Amino acid sequence: MEPLPTPPIPADDPALVAAFEARIAAGESIEPKDWMPERYRRQLTRMMSQHAHSEVVGMLPEGNWITRAPSLRRKMCLIAKVQDEAGHGLYIYCGTETLGVDRHDLVQQLLDGTAKYSSIFNYPTLTWADIGCIGWLVDGAAIVNQTVLAKASYGPYARAMVRICKEENFHKRQGYEIVATLANGTPAQKAMVQDALNRWWWPSLMMFGPSDAESPNSAELLKWRVKRKTNDELRQRFVNLTVPQAQAVGLSFPDPDLRYDAASEDWKFGAIDWDEFFAVIKGNGPCNHERLAARRKAHDDGLWVREAAAAYAAKHLARTTEAA
Amino acid sequence: MADTQLPLWEVFTQAGHGAPHEHAGSVHAADAEQAMQNARDVYARRGEAVSLWVVPSSAIIASAPGDAGPFFDPGNDKAYRHPQFYKVPRGVRVF
Repeated sequence: MEPLPTPPIPADDPALVAAFEARIAAGESIEPKDWMPERYRRQLTRMMSQHAHSEVVGMLPEGNWITRAPSLRRKMCLIAKVQDEAGHGLYIYCGTETLGVDRHDLVQQLLDGTAKYSSIFNYPTLTWADIGCIGWLVDGAAIVNQTVLAKASYGPYARAMVRICKEENFHKRQGYEIVATLANGTPAQKAMVQDALNRWWWPSLMMFGPSDAESPNSAELLKWRVKRKTNDELRQRFVNLTVPQAQAVGLSFPDPDLRYDAASEDWKFGAIDWDEFFAVIKGNGPCNHERLAARRKAHDDGLWVREAAAAYAAKHLARTTEAA
Repeated sequence: MADTQLPLWEVFTQAGHGAPHEHAGSVHAADAEQAMQNARDVYARRGEAVSLWVVPSSAIIASAPGDAGPFFDPGNDKAYRHPQFYKVPRGVRVF
């Protein structure tokens, strides 16, 4: 299912498209009120809203461990991280709204299951070590992706990414600290973190999306500099960064084909199970139903707060109008 | 009452005393007080601001990019507004 209804796209004036593409080629930033091809607007709306939804749903697997964090320090850090994810969702929703969509509609698409979000958040957090692996791997992958998006051609998206990247560095470090602590702990702790790495590694690689050959949107997004690197380039960069970090704390990867290639200076990895990726995207991951149910419940439970805020504002406005 | 996302407000943050307020993003809120609190929670979690402004988005009047050429033209053709326009005798320090 597509995240947005897709009526036929009106044909754009070729002269305007040419001028737009010349601006992109010159490295100019596109701002909300500038003319843009309808396809550009829709691709950005799709990509940015999926990104915002991912930040919001991403709070759920981690929220699962706030009450069971092993120390007050860990609990404070995790609460701050989860709060950041809420903030990141809001930055990107705000950026998406500059394209002329209403956040209300985007949220409805998430709640009714027609919008996509990152497949990684449909996996369960079974142990405390999973929280370490999410910060280290999932936020680590997000940084690789978002560092490039911070140079995207659409100004509001790029500016949101700059802000987010600064904050993600704390997320990754807090995750890696948890992983390193467990890896240097008791044999049981080390086994727990190795198990978590084994379960999160492949889904983390899938976060970068389908291989370039299978990615239907990539060419257009690259042409318009919404994306600046391909999915495969970013995935390779993430692997190259991450392998030495695991080695430094004595952890191994669930990939018998992983090997260093001196010629390309890349860590070559084995084949990704794309059947699993597409199954999770289509709603058949381990936690898809649980995540959406939790999100809907949170939205419904918050209704009285939104109503009370609106009622208070209306009452206050009425009183100040009377007094005037 | 329809469940909406509440009105939109633009947020401006001042990074330090003496610095200008700059646009940071937007928040949804029922009223100014809530907009201010939401702006603090979303855009100033790490001491990014010493001052915040929130403005109803509907109150912002923006120039139109399509008219930017003629609109800004009066400022573009007056070289005599720049110090480099003026000739000064050699060897004299003007500043």
